[in-house]
Amino acid sequence: MESMGKVLVINYEKCTGCRLCELVCAVMHDGISNPTRSRIKVIKWEAEGLYIPMSCQQCEDAPCMNVCPVKAISRDEEFGRLVIDYDVCIGCRSCVAVCPFGAMSFNSIDKKVFKCDLCDGDPQCVRFCEVNAIEYVDADDVSLLKKKDAAERISIAGKEAAALAAQV
Amino acid sequence: MPLDRKIAYIDLTTGDIQTKPIPLDVRKKFLGGRGLDAYLLYNHTEKGCDPLGPKNTLMVSGGILTATCASATARTHIMAKSPLTGLLGSANMGGFFAPEMAWAGFHHLVIKGKAKHPVYIYIHNGEIEIRDARDIWGQSVTDSQWAIREDLGDQEVKSLVCGPAGENLVRFANVMTGIKNSGGRSGMGCVLGSKNLKAVAVRGTMDIKIARPKEALEYNKRFIDQIVSAKVNQTQGALGTPFIWGATNSWGGIRTRNFQYNQCEYADDIEPERIDEICEETMGKYHMTGCFGCQVHCRAQYKIPSGPYAGTYDEGPEYTSQGAFGGETDTPRAITVLTGNHLVNKFGMDNLETGSLISWAMELYELGIITSKETDGIDLKFGNDDAVIEMIDRICFRKGWLGDTLADGGIAASEKIGKNSFNYLIQVKGMSNLHSDERATPALALNSATGSRGSDHLRSRPAIDLYHLPEEVLRKIYSNPVPYDGPLSSEHTEYIGKPWQVFWQENCYMGVDCLGICKYHTTFLGATLPNFEDWSKVLYYNTGLEMTPEEIWDVAVRCNMIERLFNLREGLARDDLKKGDMLNHRYFDEPCRRGAIDVVGRKIDKKKFIQMIDEFYEHKGLDNNGVPKPETLKKLGLKNEPSHLV
Repeated sequence: MESMGKVLVINYEKCTGCRLCELVCAVMHDGISNPTRSRIKVIKWEAEGLYIPMSCQQCEDAPCMNVCPVKAISRDEEFGRLVIDYDVCIGCRSCVAVCPFGAMSFNSIDKKVFKCDLCDGDPQCVRFCEVNAIEYVDADDVSLLKKKDAAERISIAGKEAAALAAQV
Repeated sequence: MPLDRKIAYIDLTTGDIQTKPIPLDVRKKFLGGRGLDAYLLYNHTEKGCDPLGPKNTLMVSGGILTATCASATARTHIMAKSPLTGLLGSANMGGFFAPEMAWAGFHHLVIKGKAKHPVYIYIHNGEIEIRDARDIWGQSVTDSQWAIREDLGDQEVKSLVCGPAGENLVRFANVMTGIKNSGGRSGMGCVLGSKNLKAVAVRGTMDIKIARPKEALEYNKRFIDQIVSAKVNQTQGALGTPFIWGATNSWGGIRTRNFQYNQCEYADDIEPERIDEICEETMGKYHMTGCFGCQVHCRAQYKIPSGPYAGTYDEGPEYTSQGAFGGETDTPRAITVLTGNHLVNKFGMDNLETGSLISWAMELYELGIITSKETDGIDLKFGNDDAVIEMIDRICFRKGWLGDTLADGGIAASEKIGKNSFNYLIQVKGMSNLHSDERATPALALNSATGSRGSDHLRSRPAIDLYHLPEEVLRKIYSNPVPYDGPLSSEHTEYIGKPWQVFWQENCYMGVDCLGICKYHTTFLGATLPNFEDWSKVLYYNTGLEMTPEEIWDVAVRCNMIERLFNLREGLARDDLKKGDMLNHRYFDEPCRRGAIDVVGRKIDKKKFIQMIDEFYEHKGLDNNGVPKPETLKKLGLKNEPSHLV
């Protein structure tokens, strides 16, 4: 499968805070506009202009899976995601309590816990984010983008240093 | 369903609150947002009511598509009788307020009366409460919003507020939300202040069921691709609106020294690229932010780099602040623009009106019509940066004779100052013109003269007229969804066909304002962006409401006519320099002194201008006095207004 081993990567610096990801997530999954139904949530510090999208990391050693008393959460290797079996889930919300990212939510209308399911390999948040604040990349390449950014900074610093040296 | 969002009637004098559904036939006639607000204003205010009295009615709304998958459905609309002009008051802003109000169950609020002490309205999942705001009164735009969140113990609450300017009844105070999203123009913040209404706070988690979610999502994606592929929106997304100021100044369309010049010289320090540099230096590479669900992200983030406010975070500046505190006052310094922008955001005051009035006062000072006696010793010379910053503060807090005088707006101030000060006031219907100079662009001059809320660029400006598009392209745009086979001209200095363009744009902008979509997502700055045909589809996919592009056009024409009816009821008369569709005489008498070769020397030909007005009235179905013909009202279903349908 093409999506095997792919993960969501959030580049929070690029996020403009528009929350389109929240909208399309809720509409895609539930056919409803309501950010409380979204699997992704942009946390904002408006007074500083800082916006950080938070979503499920599909952890390798997942606290939600470990804590579930009825083993309703399991790993789906095909999409590299953790999935909830709603036939088994008893709605105790233990997973909500232990998730270190707050990525497991509870829908008080449908009375169900819910989390990111990577839209079966075509995450809509990624598809709609024109600034690429959220990307869906091979797990092997997860740090490649950061390496590239860091290298660019070093390159700029190097050029500036050379320019300074030339001025002296 | 978006269509089940309600309307709430709130009386601040009695505390009475009623909620009602919005009937489908009302939706089909007025859709929502600004259009339905105009209907409500006409129906719920008495002729001649005091704009600052309890009988003035304040409308707050989202569009019919607010919070749906129609792309950038973030706009909040505010309407009331204007305390600045005595005519239609109307303001529109982005941000996150209207979607939150829709999730809280409401599309429209109708607020009457006056509270005994400062209050704010809190709306939460269908429930409405009037709460004490005495501790919040006096606080800045952002501090008020954070204080409300503390008061409610909920960081997700979104508020629209008036700042100190609204509390001090500055006639051009804004309603604001977030850091800088401004319901500017025509003094809607002043109406909040007059009602002792500090804010409206909303928080909602109620479902809005999308009629056809799959199609809505896919069409949204198509919209976004279309919108972000437009060069103009890519530039907006990189530089924000300052790029427009830079482009306009280059050919000579920027009002400078009030109205003496049409181009600001030595303006390198406030060119878009320079502003962008400051944003990048203070906020990093990714310093653009956006409104709800919008991929244009045209709003820049910055920190003031130096001076008494060094390190303070703000957003913008929009090109209006470049114009207001850079060009008009001839103070083209980034620090002045950024500081001025911050102050008006903090105070909740219209940057356009503030800058225009300061530059007007500067010209009066230059002419000796006012002297250092009136300015309390301030050397109010063009180019005096400190004077500009000082005057912003004085206007907001009504400090000194001149600050207090200007806070009442241009016409009232001109009556107080006397002499021939009015001749120098660049306004239409009592509202100062945008910082742009339209002497070389008749289409834009016509739009300024005929805007329903006074001189403005957001009611009917055919901005694409500046692009010299081939005539067949113009015709394709301007003959949809209703046919037009009259003349059109690609030449921006021409008068031919311009009235139709202005009429078409007026309806296009009313359309987006009813839907709740941003103007950057339609035929405003980009010629290839969505309009009526696409709206018909997104309306159906998101709400299930089936309306043809022609029917949406009819709604827009109808709503524009309601605004006209309101203005006529409040005294609009065609050639009235203070309340009519007429420009300051300088447009006709003083030629452009700077700019491109086809601009310098130009002024508006009054005879041709009057012909344009005649033609524009004809398109609108008005008689020669600008009053709707009986058959026009019949055709639009407005024969029996006020009809009190809702």
